[in-house]
Parts: sequence; structure tokens; C-alpha cells
Amino acid sequence: MKRFLSTKGLIGIVLVGLILLIGSLAPLVIAPDAATRMDMTARLSPPTFRHIFGTDQLGRDLFFRVMLGARTSLEIAVTAVLMSIVLGLPLGMVSGYFGGRIDNVLMRLVDTLLAFPALLLALTISAVLGPNLQNTIISIGIAFTPYLARIVRGEALRVAQMPYIEAARAAGTTDAMILSRHVLPNILPTVIVQATISLAFAILAEAGLSFLGLGTQPPAASWGLMIQASRDYLDIAPWTALVPGLAVALTVLGLNMFGDVLRDVLDPRVK
Amino acid sequence: MMNALVSVDHLKVDFQTDAGPVTGVEDVSFTIRPGETLCVVGESGSGKSVTSLSLMRLVEFGGGRIVDGTLKFTRPDGTVLDVAAAPAAVMSQVRGNEIGMIFQEPMTSLNPVFTVERQLTDGLMLHKGLSKAAARARALELLRSVRIPEPERRLRQYPHELSGGMRQRVVIAMAMACEPRLLIADEPTTALDVTIQAEILALINRLKREKGMAVLFITHDMAVVAQMADRVVVMYRGRIVETGTVEAIFESPKEDYTKALLAAVPKLGEMKGKAAPERMRLIGDEAARAAHAAAPRARKAPEVLLQVKHLTTRFPVKGGILRRTVAQVHAVEDVSFTLNVGETLALVGESGCGKSSCGRSILRLIEPQSGEVWIGGRDIRALSHPDLRRARRDMQMVFQDPFASLNPYRRLRDQVAEPIQNFGLASGSELSDRVLQLFDRVQLPRDFLNRFPHELSGGQRQRVAIARALAVNPKLIVADEAVSALDVSVQAQVLNLMMDLQADLGLSYLFISHDMAVVERVAHHVGVMYLGRIVEIGSRAAVFDNPCHPYTQSLLSAVPIADPRQRRFRDDLSFKPIISPIFPVGHRPAPSVYDEVAPGHLVLQS
Repeated sequence: MKRFLSTKGLIGIVLVGLILLIGSLAPLVIAPDAATRMDMTARLSPPTFRHIFGTDQLGRDLFFRVMLGARTSLEIAVTAVLMSIVLGLPLGMVSGYFGGRIDNVLMRLVDTLLAFPALLLALTISAVLGPNLQNTIISIGIAFTPYLARIVRGEALRVAQMPYIEAARAAGTTDAMILSRHVLPNILPTVIVQATISLAFAILAEAGLSFLGLGTQPPAASWGLMIQASRDYLDIAPWTALVPGLAVALTVLGLNMFGDVLRDVLDPRVK
Repeated sequence: MMNALVSVDHLKVDFQTDAGPVTGVEDVSFTIRPGETLCVVGESGSGKSVTSLSLMRLVEFGGGRIVDGTLKFTRPDGTVLDVAAAPAAVMSQVRGNEIGMIFQEPMTSLNPVFTVERQLTDGLMLHKGLSKAAARARALELLRSVRIPEPERRLRQYPHELSGGMRQRVVIAMAMACEPRLLIADEPTTALDVTIQAEILALINRLKREKGMAVLFITHDMAVVAQMADRVVVMYRGRIVETGTVEAIFESPKEDYTKALLAAVPKLGEMKGKAAPERMRLIGDEAARAAHAAAPRARKAPEVLLQVKHLTTRFPVKGGILRRTVAQVHAVEDVSFTLNVGETLALVGESGCGKSSCGRSILRLIEPQSGEVWIGGRDIRALSHPDLRRARRDMQMVFQDPFASLNPYRRLRDQVAEPIQNFGLASGSELSDRVLQLFDRVQLPRDFLNRFPHELSGGQRQRVAIARALAVNPKLIVADEAVSALDVSVQAQVLNLMMDLQADLGLSYLFISHDMAVVERVAHHVGVMYLGRIVEIGSRAAVFDNPCHPYTQSLLSAVPIADPRQRRFRDDLSFKPIISPIFPVGHRPAPSVYDEVAPGHLVLQS
């Protein structure tokens, strides 16, 4: 418990809590059209009292857009990363633990996927499945799977050679049990750290897909979409990029700190 | 009295940690006279290495700080330098030049990207200002003085091309390069095989004699102390317990700790004429000892538990682009033996002799090539995988490293319960009771149940590993170097526990070890392994009292004896290096044929 209460732990918990709160409460508190209402008299307005975070090129209020976009962005990023874990974790564990031919076949498959840039892969999948929220999640999830599988495999390979694995085998433990009770807890810390980093990339990947018309559909708001849209106005209205950019940065920072602390809490050796 | 070369007075070293300063050593005082060997002996955490590092002021690089005391070192020009207060520039003149140092791990104390020549000449050019050619000539001379064969060729080689013993010779040559007045040797032979240890100890002795150099020898091994020391400092928990001449320490120790330490050391030869293994004499353990000695079990006719016939295990050596098998390591080659119920068969040999592979092959943790392993009327080799898993109920294993053989993420309770759950032997409260009993059985406090491995000491962890092995009531326990990583007093306790368990439960042990003195203490039968084969096997008395194979003889002659009156390593020794067990694919080695020199005492024909 003490470890949660370190400075780093507290910052992490506060940031993650705040973002979750915004993601879940904003749609209930803010009028649904607040993010799409255009104020033509104040296009690309810098932060003022009327628009505290400023407005974009269509005069839409950035504060409301960031608040309402949180839900879309987080929903996509978190589900996509969870999906990549669900797919990549067993793949990597089986590959690293059993080794040999299984490892060879699975890893060549993963390497093939890795040969494509993640975004290009997501783009292809998204284009085939059609542009909607669910398919965006699936395509990002699949695109991120090989990276996770690679990392998990390396860790599983390391853990599989530890004497306690041989000891478990000598004690008559089945492979399934060794994987779930011995290998999994030992690689979970690495997975947690990787997952928090992946979340940032997932938010940006969604932006890329949205930009190409395959992710979130305008005029709905998402952080990625906002960053993409700000691209043309960086020199005259930098706040249009800064506001969603900071939102992504703070989210990632919070998750990262939270992930670090979570890893320490799970490790019985750290006191 | 001769002037002391080194005089340490009330040394205190603190280490900075998150929780504030922790004292590493305190109130440590001793002197070293020119030309004498002072052994600092102690168990892990006693502060012996911190003491030696302080003398070089290297302790600062490990986060330590000398907070009190003086370390006076007499320099070659006769001036006395207080190492504790010397400026860094002076210290770098002293280090490697006036004080040489040998570290424990010859694999890592040489830089892998430099040739032997470079490692040796760097120091010479720096400290002595020699030219490149002169330094090279001196390096060659040094390699000759440490008796390295073909020194010209060695100069051009890299560390990985040399064997462990050869590397340690290079490390010694480096330390000797500037003819230091004091040589600090920190566990210089701990990582080496016993025959190589004997060579290195003899070498250090000769160099000391020839150069009149003083030696500060740090070790945990009382037998090495008995062989090397003129005077001894015994340390415990950062303080000096006792100081004296080697004879005084071994023959009339004054402090209880020294007595306990000496009692825990098995002495080669002390079991002569005794029929059965005997518990170690531990101070404060007399009652248990008496209890187990009072009831001599009537020896029944021996009943065979395990029979191994012509066991052979080979590992492929892959090479080339296609990762094809280009050669094979003949790890276990035509090994046969029997192990009786309630007895211990020890497999001894040096690293790479195949003793561990043999134990693992019997449990089929690695797959043997051929042979039969009979236990309880079944041939383990012929079993299908589900049957093999069930058969493992009868044979369990205890591993060498108690730090690595327990999963750091699981509570001890769960780890000990795991084998029971694997075989569905108990559940619910019955399971908890069984785990409790096992903890009692290996003398672990019950409040350890919910702890994690890192909270325990090495000896306690090894008890957990033994409890785990006992959980399914096996008939056979393969103990692979099970006590090698433990401090000597803890080792004695764990050995006693294993012998008590054998007496009470009728367990059989396949005891794999490199330590002849321990084996003499615990084994009923001994098999000596060399290059994958058993070269000699028989009762303990037969093998130890009448060793017939030349390898067994050389192995026994290399073991240091914990008695300063039986010094062995006065002259240079040279044992034959172990040749490689790697053969091309398709190589058919001759079968093992034995001469029976006495009933049950077999010696490999060669």
C-alpha cells in the first residue's frame, strides 16, 4: 500500500483518475453539440474567456472538443491495446516457452507482420473491414500484436531457462500450469510497461487512421483527429496542436507512472 | 618484532543506502608483516571483502566510505602511507603497482576485447614507464613465472580462448606484473575446479616464497585457510572474532564462533574406518545428534531402488548457416549403477564431467540417447509423457542455487503445495496441514508460509526446496550440488537435515557434488565421473581408502585438507587438463568396461 503512496504513485493515480473521470463524465455533463458548434466570429481564436483553450479553424471550442474527445480516444486506445495483449501474450508465451519448431513458425508469422509499418497494417485492415469505431480498434489491436508478441517471447525465453521452471517440471507440474503460474507472473511487469507505452502510440495511430478517413468520422472529436487537423495552422494557431497534444502527453505520463508503480506493487521483492 | 607492512587500526566502513548508512565493517584491526600470508576467513556478509577493498580504497566504488580508522601501508621507499586519507593521485600509484589484486571470477576480471599481451603490458607501461618492447618481454617472463604453457602463443590470445585455470594464471601474472609488496587475493579459487584450485594455490605459495611478497588471502573455505595461512583473522558480521596463528586457530580456537565454524567443516579422511555416513558435529546440536546416533537401524538386506543401465546423453553442437548438427557433446557416456533403498550414491567430478547431466537424464529433464533407467519396476525411458509425469512422484530434485530454483513471485506456501496439487493428493485443509507438516519437517518457522523467497536466507530457501521435494513422498531425491552454494555452517545444517530425513523416511539420494569432503561424509557409495563416464565406483570406503583409477587419485590429492599440519601445496603442481567431450557426429565411443578390483568396487579399463 505504501508504494502506491509514493510521489510518483500519487501523481500517476491522480492523472489517470482525472482522465478517466473526464472520459466518463464529460458526455453526461457537456451538451453533445458543444464540440461541433461553430463560432464563425472566433475562428482560430487564441485562449480567451469565451473559449478558454481557444478554437480551431471552424471556430469550434477546443476545451469541449478535448473533453468530449477523451472518451473516443481512450476507448479506442485502451481496447486496442487490451486486444493486442490478449492476442500477443499467449502467442509470445507459447513461442518462447516451447521453442523449437512452434517458435519458428509463430515468429516467422510475427516477423511478416512486423515487416509492415504498424500504421500501414492498421490502414489496410481498416480499409478492408470498413471505417467505423469497432474496426478501427480491431485494426490497431492487430497491428500492435506482433510488437507485444516479440517482447513477450523474449521474456518467456528468459524465464523458461530459469531453474525454478525446471524445478516445477521435476515436481510434475504440467506445461499449462507452468505457463500460468510461473511464466506469466514473471513476465507481467514487462507487459505492463510495454502496454502503457503502446497506449500513447495507439492514440496517435487512431489519429493517423482518422486523418485518412478511416478512424473517427468528423465532425465527432478525438484527440488524434484534432492533432491531425491542427497541422495546417501550426504557425498561426499553435494552441490547436498544443491542447490535444498536452492531453495525450499527460495521459501517457499518468499511465506510465501508474504502470511503473503497478509493476512495483506486483513485485514481492520491492519493498 | 618486524615492522608491519600493513597495519589496519579500528577500520569502520559505512554504506549509504536509502534507509541511511549501514555499517559494513567496524573496529577491524590487524597487521600484515612482510612475506607472510594472512587469511581473512568468514561466511557471506562477514565483511571480509569490504576489508580487502578498503585496503585498496576500492570500496568507494561500491558505495562505501571509510568513516573511521587508519590503514597504514609501508611504501617501498620506507614512508608510511595512510590509505584511508591518501589523495586519489597517490592511490593510483599504489594500486596495481605496490599492491596487486586478484579477483574471484577469472571469467570477468579480464577484459574480453583485449589480448593477453595488452592486459599485461598496460600496467607495466603505466607504472614502470617501460617501452612497448620491454613491456612485452616482461609480460613473456611473467607468463613463464606463472607456468603457462606456450607463453608466446598466449600473448596473442584473447581471454575466451583460455581455460578457467589459465585465465586465473593470467590474472595472477597481471597482479604480479609490478612486483607488488602485497598481493590481495579475494576468493581467487572459489570459482575453480579442485585440481585447478590446487595448482593456483601452489603457484601463489611459490610466488610468495620467491618474491618475499606478503599475501592477504580472503576466503570462506577453512580447508584453504589451513593450507595457505601463516596467521588467520576470523570475521563475523563485520567484526573480527578471533586472530591468531593458523595452528592456534585450528587446534585451540578460543571463540565459540570459530569453534562452530571449524566443527561445520568436513575434513577429508576423517570418516576412515566408519561404516555409515555420520551427521556433522554442530555446536548446540548434540541432542539431535545423540538421538540419531542412539538408534542404529538394523541394516536390512539391500533392496534396489534405482538401476541405471548404459545411460548415454549427447547434446548436439549446431553450426553453419543451416544450423545443422556438426558435432556432439558426449555429456553422459555408457553410465551404469544401482542405488539401494535408504542409501546415498554420490556422483563426484569436476565441472563438465557430466554428473549433472546424468542426474537430469535420470529424471528425463533432458532426454537421454539410449540406456535404461529402472525405478519401481518401470523403465523411465520407455514411459509416455503422461506416465512420465506420474512417475515423477517417486523422484524429486533439489537444485544447486536456492536463489534461482524458487519462483520469486510465488508465496512459499504455494510453492511447497504445488507438487501435491499436481498429483491431486490433497486439497483444502488437508493440503494446508500437509504444507504445515512439511515446514515443521524441514525446521522452518510456520510464519514463513506466506513469505516470498527473497525474504529468506540461502539455507532457509534450500529448506523450502527440500520441503517441496518431500511434498509427494518420493522414494528418490536427486540433489544436484544442493549444498554447494551455502555457507559452511548452513551447509552442515542442511546436510544433517538431509541425513535425518533419510534415516526417518528411508529416502534414497543421488547426491551430485564436486566436494570430496562432503561426499565422504554423506555417501554410502561413490561414483567418480570423468568425461561423461564413471571411472570408478564402489563403497565409500573402497573409493576413498583405495582409489584405483588415476583420475580418482589425482582428484583426491588435489583436495585441500582443513588441517594446517597436513600441507599439500608446497611445490608446483600440474594436473592434466580435462579434454573436450565433443566428438564428430557418428563417433562411436568404446563401451565402458570395468575391472572388479574388490567386490562391488569397479574401475574403468583404459
